[in-house]
Amino acid sequence: MDVQQALADLTEISSQIEAAVLFGSGGAVQGTTLADEAAAKALADAAASLLEQADALRTGEAGVTQLEAATADGCLFVVRDGDRRIAATTVAEPTVGLVFYDLKSCLRDSAGSGGGAAPEPEKPKRTRKKKVAEPEEAAADEA
Amino acid sequence: MKRRLLTVLGFASGVAAASVVVRRQFGRKRDRIDVYYEDGSMISYVEGSPEAQTLLGPVHEALRASRA
Repeated sequence: MDVQQALADLTEISSQIEAAVLFGSGGAVQGTTLADEAAAKALADAAASLLEQADALRTGEAGVTQLEAATADGCLFVVRDGDRRIAATTVAEPTVGLVFYDLKSCLRDSAGSGGGAAPEPEKPKRTRKKKVAEPEEAAADEA
Repeated sequence: MKRRLLTVLGFASGVAAASVVVRRQFGRKRDRIDVYYEDGSMISYVEGSPEAQTLLGPVHEALRASRA
């Protein structure tokens, strides 16, 4: 699915999400619901910086997969899946589980459409083996 | 009688004012950041902690950018 289509579906499904931006590990914007490109870049940069700082807080092998920041002004969600990330702002006190679910669905739906994630390998097609005639049957046919 | 009534009224208004102050002070929800890790663990940083202080900067920046 196209990135813009996935984002359009996201905002249509979740009325709690105000704005969302899909970006790469370097902060490059892949798609956004914001009309202003500079604002989208600023949102992606801030979210990338937040992930980086959250990662630095805990020195261990387990990295940050997602985070939620709740403030009086609203909430910020960031979800990471490999090299691809999505950040979204919501109204105050949203349904956290639902927002995370919708963001992960959006990331999954938009995978393979210009993102860093590799598309799933195509499954090999099943072929039917042709039935080989028995030698006796073949002889009977000839007679 | 009048003096006693004034004392009671003064006490009641004092209690009401104090409850408003307490509610304003402690009733406000504090900013918070929940960080989820690959191993399934989660750490919550609440406003006032040094970690939250570091993380809330980009959060407010992101919220400002999205509403610009």
